[in-house]
Order: sequence, then structure tokens, then C-alpha cells
Amino acid sequence: MTPGPNGWTTARVDTSGAKLPASLSQSVHSEPPGHSEPPGHSEPPGHSEPQDTCAPAVRAALVRVARDEGARVLATLVGLTGSLQLAQDAVQDATIRALETWPRDGIPDNPRAWLTVTARRRAVDILRREAQRAGKEIAAMDVNGPWDDAAPTAQAVDDDLLRLIFTCCHPALALETRVALSLRTVCGLSTAEVARAMLVPEATMLKRLTRAKQKIAQARIPYRIPAAHELPERVSAVAACIYLIFNEGYAATSGEDVLRAELVDEALRLGRLVHALMPDEPALSGLLALMLLQDSRRGARRDAAGDLVLLADQDRTLWRRDLVVEGVTLVGSALKRTPDRPDPYVVQAALAACHALAPSYRQTDWDAVVSWYDVLLTVHDTPVVRLNRAVAVGERDGAAAGLAEVEAVTGLDGYPLWHASRAELLWRLARPDEARAAWRGALTLESNEATRRFLQQKLDGGR
Amino acid sequence: MPQYIALTYTADVDWSAPEQAAEMVEYNAFGQAAAAVIRGGGALYPTATATTVRVNGGKGGDVVASDGPYAETKEALTGFYLFECADLDEAVGWAAKLPAAWSGAVEVRPLIQFGK
Repeated sequence: MTPGPNGWTTARVDTSGAKLPASLSQSVHSEPPGHSEPPGHSEPPGHSEPQDTCAPAVRAALVRVARDEGARVLATLVGLTGSLQLAQDAVQDATIRALETWPRDGIPDNPRAWLTVTARRRAVDILRREAQRAGKEIAAMDVNGPWDDAAPTAQAVDDDLLRLIFTCCHPALALETRVALSLRTVCGLSTAEVARAMLVPEATMLKRLTRAKQKIAQARIPYRIPAAHELPERVSAVAACIYLIFNEGYAATSGEDVLRAELVDEALRLGRLVHALMPDEPALSGLLALMLLQDSRRGARRDAAGDLVLLADQDRTLWRRDLVVEGVTLVGSALKRTPDRPDPYVVQAALAACHALAPSYRQTDWDAVVSWYDVLLTVHDTPVVRLNRAVAVGERDGAAAGLAEVEAVTGLDGYPLWHASRAELLWRLARPDEARAAWRGALTLESNEATRRFLQQKLDGGR
Repeated sequence: MPQYIALTYTADVDWSAPEQAAEMVEYNAFGQAAAAVIRGGGALYPTATATTVRVNGGKGGDVVASDGPYAETKEALTGFYLFECADLDEAVGWAAKLPAAWSGAVEVRPLIQFGK
């Protein structure tokens, strides 16, 4: 278990850290604003506010570069400095420099290299300043040494990006913290945006992110790509984080809007990124396929009034065929690579593919659906999976069989969809009073406004 | 090199009692396997031997020593190790090999290294 060449323990800052305050980040630096925020407010004096003079084309180009390249620039800087906070500060400053100089000098040929070099110099400046403030000298070798201006190779940059992702998704961090860190660092959202996306106050999110960065630095969560034997666990920690981001967006647990599309897009971006970086990981192919297939229905999931439309009632011509094709192709290749033990994401993607390929709800291959749920239960046995399987049995074998299966699922008394599924089957069995009682049960438990409207319509209309 | 303390939380046992002999064999095996990273540690007598000390009113105030551990919990602090490891992954890897982690829990915390 030795750290990689860019592990925290071998990074240059650790050498200089001996002469600096225990952590640069916690004592001195405030949280910098995100790439997409107007720069300036956490800047040291002397910086102008460049956004007023910045040509829209330059700003647009910069925002695009920051979105596309920001994570890579940041990852390279964390690799060089060994500090997530210092790297964020330096990249933020480099972005501000770009806003100042690009309108005058033009957009550089290689914006990523420009940002990387500028951020690297800025990191050296920050280290020097902190050393001075602490009344200490920074050894020349700490700021020279490997810090030459040669652009890192594409492979080195991708490796750093993987290190960044694995660090942000380290199992020693809570899942919600992994989500927040990934959105902040890999997706480049500002703290305010992450807070809004995760439905917590900005101050809470700032505290959570700061604590996370402190834990990474103080407990030495390593900046490295896990060894082969650790990879399955670590990849699934990454996948869980991305899928949670997707689900937050796909079906918000509260609030007015069912689809917080921004988070869905961020999750897809992350899913594509990790799949591209680790194309041979079945879990990541499966995860991307699953998200693509679910998102292919985006345009059909809500009616004109913004209310939920069930899978059975969706207009399938609105499904994005390009996403379906991409997703189904990915499932196929992932199934071929799935080892002896089926991967839960691949199996869920196979289930989504069954629906995506069915010409209509009625013509769905329910036999295949039930079989995939049986496979899923062997690796991911939860009451919700059992409920979904029970509903599929209802479609295959009739409402009576389905109801028996649904009622056999225990542990979902507090889950609105269990009550709604029961209601639907009771209604089909011509037991309207019991159906209405079950819809009322679902309604009292549901907090999402759009889903509540949907349940209310069921209750009011009887169906 | 970073140091970590690994606090073992287990049933409130008396490690010196004969019935713990089998368990102690496991701990001794761990001690040998992890010798390269262990910088210290110890097994604690049961919480019944603990004394919790407070000074009421702050520095110079009345010393109040009370019988029992700081917190009464189902799993008690029963021992600790001091590890020197490259990073958290390595420390967690060793902690997972402690018998305490199999039946109870091991809390791994980094030490502040003052003056470094």
C-alpha cells in the first residue's frame, strides 16, 4: 500500500508543509467562488473586477473552457500541490487572470495549458505568501523542482483526473459529502450552486465542503488511483455518488420541480467522463447506460401541465432514440464483460433496456423484466427492488398475482410508491374503496409536489 | 510519516482474563504482522476500573473524580494502537485486520504532528 507518485505523502507541498502552518487551507484561505461565479469577492486587494470589461465572446469561451477543462486543470494542480484547497484557490485565480488578459491578448491556442501554467505560478505565489506570513522561508526546491512549465501529457492529466475523482469519492467520506465534493470540484459548480442543488443552505454546504477538504488533508486520504484489488469497491463508491446526483435530478425528493435537469446533465457528464477514463469497468458502462436509458424518457415523463406521466401512459415517440441506442449498445457490451457476479448497474440498465425497446407498455417482454429482477435480487436485494418485481409480475400474470406479490413485500409502509402500486392493482381488481384508501395512504407520505398532484388526480378521478 | 491512532471499541472485556486467551492469540498475531507500522498501543482494563476526572469551575477549581468511563456505551473503548502509515488507506487496511473490527469497531484518527 505505497502511495503513487503523486500521493499526498510525496507531493511537494508536504516537504514545504514542514515549514508552513499545519494546513494552508484551513487557517488562511476562504472558500473561493466557483468557476461560473462572478470573480472578485474573495480576491486579495489589487485585483480589478474584470467582468465589466470582458467581451461576451471571451467570457463565453472562458466559461466553456472552465466547464470542459476546469476539472483537468484542477486535477493537475492537486497532483502538483497535494492540496485540494490550494489547488482550488490557484485555479480560481488563474480563471480571473484569464478574464483580465484574454480580452486584450486573445484566447490562447491551448487554453488548458495556459490555465494550468498560470494556476501553477499562482500556487507558488500563494505558498510564498503563506510562508512569509508564517515568518518562514520556502525552500527554492519546493517551488522549482518538478514545477517546470512543460505541459503534462494527456495521459498524466487523465490520471490526475482519475485521482481527483477517486479522492472525492473516497469511502471514508460520507456519500452526501462525496456528492457535494464531486459537484464542486469535478463538475465545477460553485458552492452556492451545489447548496441549491442539494437543497441545503449555502452556509451548511460551505461547512460540509470545508470539513471534507480538511479530512482529506489531515487524515491523508491519498490522491491516487486505487490498486487493482481495491478497484471494485472504489469504482462502486464512484458509481454510487454519480447515481445519487442523477437521482437527485431525476426525481427530486421535495419541491415543485420533478426534474432538476441540471443535476441529470451533471451526472451524465460525470458518467461519460468516468466511463471514458475506465472503459473496461462494467459498473461504469452499466451506470452510464442506465442513466442514458432513464433520461431518454425525459421529454415524456411530464405532461404539458408539468405533471407526472407513468411509464404505461408515456408517448414513446417522445423518447430520445439516440440515447436509447447508445444506452442499449452500452448494456450489450457491459453484459459481455460482466464477470461471474452480475453488476447491479448493468442489470438495472438491462431492465431499462427492456422498456426502451418495447414498442408499447402492453408489448413489453414482462417475462424478461421479471427474470432481470430475479437476477438483480441476487446482488441487490432491497424492498424497493422486490416491489418493482411484484409490479412486473402483476403485468405478466395479472392484477391478482401482482397484488399478492406487492402485499408480500414488507418494510415499505413508509414508501409512497408501495401504497400507490397497491392502489393501482386494487383498482384493476374492481376494489375501488380499498384503492382510494391506498392512494390516500400514498398521498400522506409523498412530499414531491408533482407526484402529489398525480396521486390526487388518481384519488379524485377514481382513476 | 503520518501517525494514526486506532481506538478499539468492543465488548467491555477483561483482556487479562483466561477466557480472552484465544482472542489474545489473534491480537498477538496482528501485532507481529503489523510490527512495521505499530509505534505503540495498549490493552485497557474494563471500564469498571475507569475514573473520569473533571475540575469544576475550570482551572484551579474543585477536582471531581467520578467512577466509570466518560461515556457508557454498548461497545466500550478497550484498547488502542498507534500506527505510522503512508496514508489513510494503509491505516484503514491495518485497522480492518484487528479482531476488534470484526466484532466491534475501530476508530482511526490522524494525529497532529506539531512542529513538523
